[in-house]
Amino acid sequence: MNIIDRRLNPKGKSLPNRQRLLRRMKAQVRKAVAQSIAGRRVTEIDADKSVSVPVEGIREPTFRKGASGNRDIVLPGNQKLTKGDRVPRPQGGGGVGRDASDSGEGEDDFTFSISREEFLDIFFEDLELPDMVKRRLTQSTASVPARAGFAISGGPQSLDVVRTLRNSVARRLALRRPTDDSIEALEALLAEAEAKGNADDVTRLTAEIALLQRRRRIIPWVDPVDVRYRRFEARPVPIAQAVMFCLMDVSGSMNEHMKDLAKRFFMLLYLFLQRRYEAVDVIFIRHTHEAKEVDEDTFFTSRETGGTVVSSALVAADGIIAERYPVDSWNIYVAQASDGDNLSLDRDRVLAAMSAKLLPACQYFAYLEVGDPPDHSWEDRQGASELWKTYESLLAPTVPLAMRRANSANEIFGVFQELFARSGVH
Amino acid sequence: MSLLFEGREWNFDKLKGVYDAVSEIALGDLGLDVYPNQVEVITSEQMLDAYASIGLPILYRHWSFGKSFVRDESLYRKGFQGLAYEIVINSDPCISYIMEENSMTMQTLVLAHAAFGHNHFFKNNHLFRQWTDATAILDYLTFARDFISGCEERYGIEAVERILDAAHALQLQGVNRYTRRPRRSLADELARERERRNYVETTWNPLWTTIPGGKQDTVREVELLSSENPSIEFPEENLLYFLEKNSPVLRGWEREILRIARNLAQYFYPQRQTKMMNEGCATFVHYEIMTRLHEGGKIDDGAFLEFIQAHTSVVFQPAFDDRRYNGLNPYALGFAIMRDIQRICSDPTDEDRAWFPEMAGNGDPMGTLRGIWAEYRDESFLLQFLSPKVIRDFRMISLKDEEGLPYFEVSSIHDEQGYRDIRVALARQYECARIDPEIEVTDVNLRGDRKLLLEHRVYDGQRLDQASLRATLQYVRSLWGYAVRLREVDGQTGLALSAVAETEVS
Repeated sequence: MNIIDRRLNPKGKSLPNRQRLLRRMKAQVRKAVAQSIAGRRVTEIDADKSVSVPVEGIREPTFRKGASGNRDIVLPGNQKLTKGDRVPRPQGGGGVGRDASDSGEGEDDFTFSISREEFLDIFFEDLELPDMVKRRLTQSTASVPARAGFAISGGPQSLDVVRTLRNSVARRLALRRPTDDSIEALEALLAEAEAKGNADDVTRLTAEIALLQRRRRIIPWVDPVDVRYRRFEARPVPIAQAVMFCLMDVSGSMNEHMKDLAKRFFMLLYLFLQRRYEAVDVIFIRHTHEAKEVDEDTFFTSRETGGTVVSSALVAADGIIAERYPVDSWNIYVAQASDGDNLSLDRDRVLAAMSAKLLPACQYFAYLEVGDPPDHSWEDRQGASELWKTYESLLAPTVPLAMRRANSANEIFGVFQELFARSGVH
Repeated sequence: MSLLFEGREWNFDKLKGVYDAVSEIALGDLGLDVYPNQVEVITSEQMLDAYASIGLPILYRHWSFGKSFVRDESLYRKGFQGLAYEIVINSDPCISYIMEENSMTMQTLVLAHAAFGHNHFFKNNHLFRQWTDATAILDYLTFARDFISGCEERYGIEAVERILDAAHALQLQGVNRYTRRPRRSLADELARERERRNYVETTWNPLWTTIPGGKQDTVREVELLSSENPSIEFPEENLLYFLEKNSPVLRGWEREILRIARNLAQYFYPQRQTKMMNEGCATFVHYEIMTRLHEGGKIDDGAFLEFIQAHTSVVFQPAFDDRRYNGLNPYALGFAIMRDIQRICSDPTDEDRAWFPEMAGNGDPMGTLRGIWAEYRDESFLLQFLSPKVIRDFRMISLKDEEGLPYFEVSSIHDEQGYRDIRVALARQYECARIDPEIEVTDVNLRGDRKLLLEHRVYDGQRLDQASLRATLQYVRSLWGYAVRLREVDGQTGLALSAVAETEVS
């Protein structure tokens, strides 16, 4: 008999099969992910959550007999029935005693959970992120391995041969392990003595050689105590805290499509910040002609009527910063989503709030102007919006302001391009 | 006698010791004859992996295995389904997987069950001896995996998946039930595959690619068809074989994939035919061995109680009106009949003498059982050896299910006149040829529109499930390349059923 320990074999033998399954259900998984995004909070974007996927497209049909026709069914455990008795036919098609088939049944409620990586993969795919950025966002720990001396245990890949042999040499010298040469010399003498027929010498030399060889066995060439491994420590990259302001126009002109784009925009920024900072606070401020700090649910769901005064949100954000997030201990990021409407009278107040308060305080101000889907018939906005024009006048190489128009999810990333490019320096 | 082990922890030395003790009883006392054993210890995660690849250690890749993995995993995680204690593979050497979570008692049980019970059955049952080649299966699986991954690289995952989907759908119709075709060695398989590829490469002619429209392969393969296969034999029950040999549209590698699916189906066919006997044999063997170990003082009472607890849950048979009822438990039924045979051989009653005159009281239960394990399959085994006592113990009844009636009628119960009826009815339930629909290729119009005609012979009015029929026919169509029609005919008369019984996919 042969016992083999397979427990250490590589895991995830069926991973390629899973990838094939996912590929097969791509359309359904995408849809499920889109729905799940709607149900997730911004801060939950990369939580592990199961996504149910309907069964279409992964049925495995075969030729099999249906329920029609006559048959005899043998059942165990009869208590009181006798010949000629009638048993009502069970409802719902299947008969008693038909063997539940080993596979292929019970497929209707096929749900499976996709992992965080798979979810983000699909999320990113919609956003068309560059690969470098994807890698950076999926990475879950912000640390780099750094050399940190030597250890007496470790994996074979980190064995330090030089150290190990240095220890081994020292030990062998100290314990006087017989060398090959000394044994060979004795053996030569022994051969000589045997040739001469000197019995005393032969016994003496044989005993000596046996002694040396015994010593060699007892004192190994490399002993476990010699072995040294290179030690690595995970050195965390400097992290701090950040606060992210989500500003959104919630006046009637913002429709569901725009809100969905805005949500993905906020999610992406959150993901980015979460990778770089240990703690990320998220503040939601919505505005019409006046701004209010709200919780996430209200932020995305409720609708207000009123005019549009952007400066109110900027002032509110500034107020919160002054009150709760001192600039010297918080990194401040602002993400604003709007359809671009603004009261023209408000222009000066916006400029003042931006250039005097917000822009100097924050690391990055991302403005996303959301629009209707590209194929929308009445979407034919001429020229730049009021707000766009206002912000455009602020643009300068040193100002941390990025702006972008997006009609669909794949255009969102552009607004962060500079942000991600900058973080590549680290 | 000293104990082989104490407590629940296991280690490799204990495993070896137990294996030797178990082997002594199995080979000596029980007279079993087994392939050399290879025992592999795996984790529960790897057990789920093994589940997903239908128990085989090496298998090609396909999404359906990913799907079953996801299903098993979620059932397992939610606690709806435990994992098997072992998986055993019919190969030489016989590979048994055992889980690291098992206690030492369970490992002993598993060794007795898989490494001796199943192993003996695989090596000796005539179906396995005739139809499967235990020495070559691992080599063949390796070949199949490498071939298919090679195809994926060369022709793309989608192209391979298309063929595999269709081949899987037809696997039940990819089995030779009556005649066995010659067995090839791995070297032959490889040579044949190379030959096919060479043929394609040497006969490739760029001229054909200039013909506008249509597939250039179609033209060449049709010529091939008429020169190599002047006469196709009808009817042909092995759909995969038929398509592999005769389809006008398949390319060489696609035919090879069909062949792989067919060979796997053939490899598993004996297991489907002997599931109950196989499990019964293994359960009987582990029961005998564990009892003898305990009697010999090699395992303590605690371990034996743990074994009894596991054993009774394995052979538990809920009644049909119980919520837990999920068909007859093959372990329970097989074990009960085999225990009964043991009793009949050594301590028969008058009834047994009347029913089984040839073996009642012959005093050699193990010899009798070994003979039975070698010669029978589920259906014939039930027909011969289901005794009145087992029918009474299981309190079996037979119901008549007639289409259109709002009730089932009890046709037999466990009484004097019912025994034989129940025996026959139960044996039929285990007859693969009766469970699987009987579908044949009966004709093809090669000179005209190349429509393929299939026939399903209907017995007792048991028609095909319409929903899956159409989808499966689509697969046949994609392999055949032209329209396919399936006709359901009466099994006895061969006449078409009066109802609308034709499905066509074009």
